Amino acid sequence: MDTFYYLIQNTLPVAIPLLLVALGGMFSERSGVINIALEGIMLFGAYFGCLFVYFIQGSGIDAQLILILAMLVAAVSGFLYSLLLSFAAINMKSDQTISGTALNMLIPAVILLFSKMYFNSDGVTTNVSFYLNKIPGLSEIPVLGKLFFQNTYITVYIGILLYIISTILLYKTKFGLRLRACGEHPHAADSVGINVHKMRYAGVSISGILGGIGGFFYAVGVMDGNTNGHTGVAGFGFLALAVMIFGQWRPGKILLAALFFAFLRTLAYSIALIPFLHNLGINNTFYKMLPYIVTMIVLAFTSKHSRAPKAEGIPYDPGAR
Amino acid sequence: MRLNIKNITKSKGFSSFTSALLAIGLGLIFGFIVMIVASPENSLSGFQMLLLGGLSRLGDVFYYATPIIMTGLAVGFAFKMGLFNIGASGQYTMGMYFALYVGFMWKPPEGAHWILCILAGLAGGMIWGFIPGFFKALLNVNEVITSIMFNYIGMYLVDMLISGNATMYVSTKARTAYLPASAQIPSLGIQNTSANISFIIAIIIAIILFIILQKTIFGYELKATGYNKHASIYAGMNGKRNIILTMVIAGGLAGLGGAFYILAPTTIPGSSMTYEPINVIAANGFNGIAVALLGSSNPIGIIFSGIFISYIQRGGTLASLFGYKPEIIDIVIAVIIYFSAFAMLMSLAIARFFKNRKVKHIDTEDIAPGSGDPVEESNEITPESDDPATESQVATTESDMPVEETGREEA
Repeated sequence: MDTFYYLIQNTLPVAIPLLLVALGGMFSERSGVINIALEGIMLFGAYFGCLFVYFIQGSGIDAQLILILAMLVAAVSGFLYSLLLSFAAINMKSDQTISGTALNMLIPAVILLFSKMYFNSDGVTTNVSFYLNKIPGLSEIPVLGKLFFQNTYITVYIGILLYIISTILLYKTKFGLRLRACGEHPHAADSVGINVHKMRYAGVSISGILGGIGGFFYAVGVMDGNTNGHTGVAGFGFLALAVMIFGQWRPGKILLAALFFAFLRTLAYSIALIPFLHNLGINNTFYKMLPYIVTMIVLAFTSKHSRAPKAEGIPYDPGAR
Repeated sequence: MRLNIKNITKSKGFSSFTSALLAIGLGLIFGFIVMIVASPENSLSGFQMLLLGGLSRLGDVFYYATPIIMTGLAVGFAFKMGLFNIGASGQYTMGMYFALYVGFMWKPPEGAHWILCILAGLAGGMIWGFIPGFFKALLNVNEVITSIMFNYIGMYLVDMLISGNATMYVSTKARTAYLPASAQIPSLGIQNTSANISFIIAIIIAIILFIILQKTIFGYELKATGYNKHASIYAGMNGKRNIILTMVIAGGLAGLGGAFYILAPTTIPGSSMTYEPINVIAANGFNGIAVALLGSSNPIGIIFSGIFISYIQRGGTLASLFGYKPEIIDIVIAVIIYFSAFAMLMSLAIARFFKNRKVKHIDTEDIAPGSGDPVEESNEITPESDDPATESQVATTESDMPVEETGREEA
């Protein structure tokens, strides 16, 4: 039973970055822009978030407050970085996948260059502990308290809050409806007076904000507050895209998909704690491959009836027929 | 004669060349700015080293150009079909592993050993290219996601297999052992470099690919599918088979790149290139994307862009003499990719600007923003449209609009 609690407690901080970044991808794609740059946006957010923590950590501010401030820094950096994609994809009508790939390649190199020159390391290392042992009061609830309010990070609750806001934004507001229209049939949206370029900018920008926050939460929840340019975010941005596709571009399913992947990953890294799996004697690396392999199997079964936004990946051209 | 120059400047080959130059120029300028930000006092000498340093290491330029020409071909070939093969990295790693395996574990006759190793690399890459093709054609999974996933799976798999093999892996050095001499590709004979005949093999392969694309039915079908998938299916081409075949070939090319890289002798006699399994995705696969874009997916263009990228990489390594880290060149390459994704549009705008100033009467069709007009696209599919030799011929017949590209259709 303790192992079960351990797995759940460790799954949540991993699931939240996946969830947020997948939601970001969802906003971007439903506005009609494929955002493969999420990996780079995450790393960018994570790096600046951690850099902020690094410079502020000596000032004696409460750890949780630092986390929230750094989260805002990460959100702004993610937003700024995503503008590069918006510009290329929306104004310059470039191939969105290629522009995204370029942005993914750029940021690890920039981080490595500057970190090596100024910190003499591959990234930023911080020493603030964001870990929450117990939430007073709530952690006393039987079972639930142990599952959700012990040995965790505040990121989990912020993540869930952002998830709820995103869902409302997408489904219950005029803005959300217009955004979705631009991803399905931009010409129809244009004909009723919606500015497709603006909506697409909004979609990519939201994905930048969520991507940046997700990246920083990854650094907090998975990397213990550190970022480095070599491993980056270990393909989490791409996994998030798979989560988004698996979740059929819908928030409800995306949540389930994110939890599923995060659980697999946590399992893969906790093999030593589970006697049954440990005794099988399978190489550890195999378990690291597992999330990617499962992604492929899942996609193989779900993609036949893919519900991708109709206009995603196609630059909007008012004159096209 | 004057007419000729006009035709050349109007041709598609020329406009991809100018847009490549534009992207390179912007990439280098950005690199220079980063250098100024990073360390102002050394920036001029560092930048000079970056630009010219490659000249002193020409042998290395050729050696390091070989794998990225191959991954560039892998990406570019799939581009022609409208597929984005971001999985060149995984295919490259698999090819490398297969080549290493044959190199260490098989004991064939002396002369044939390295050839077998290369063929094994080809096979390894083909397997890893087949998977995204299969997923795309039969299961409707986007090849980008599949390729990315299989980059990671391939990397973890190869690292696991190598570090678990006592013959291949020297655990004290955390690297692979030196290959037996019979498995190493014969050197080109340039002093103090790893340059070997695989460079020449790569060029021959590029030329063969060029011929396949220009002169065979398969090449024609491939390009037609890239321009308009639905039209090609309507015309009776087997789209699914072609997707799988293209990805298998692309995978094989990247796999050869991995084999060419690892089977090389080093400057120290008796040693060879080694691989360090540290769970990092092979960068050469991603550099292949830059190479393919700069060469506008044309196999001949890719030879030159591969040599160019390799050249500035050498320069970037040498810039570390002035305190810059080699990552500066990765930044330049990423910026080049970023700009080359829309450089075609920019160079068109520039060309239009000059044309409007020089030519007095303006054909309205010329300035119409080249949108995805079906008539225009069907003009494009003519097999000679890519051929620079016949290009001028096409242009002299005039009337067809001066290849007004809508950004990049191949992409």
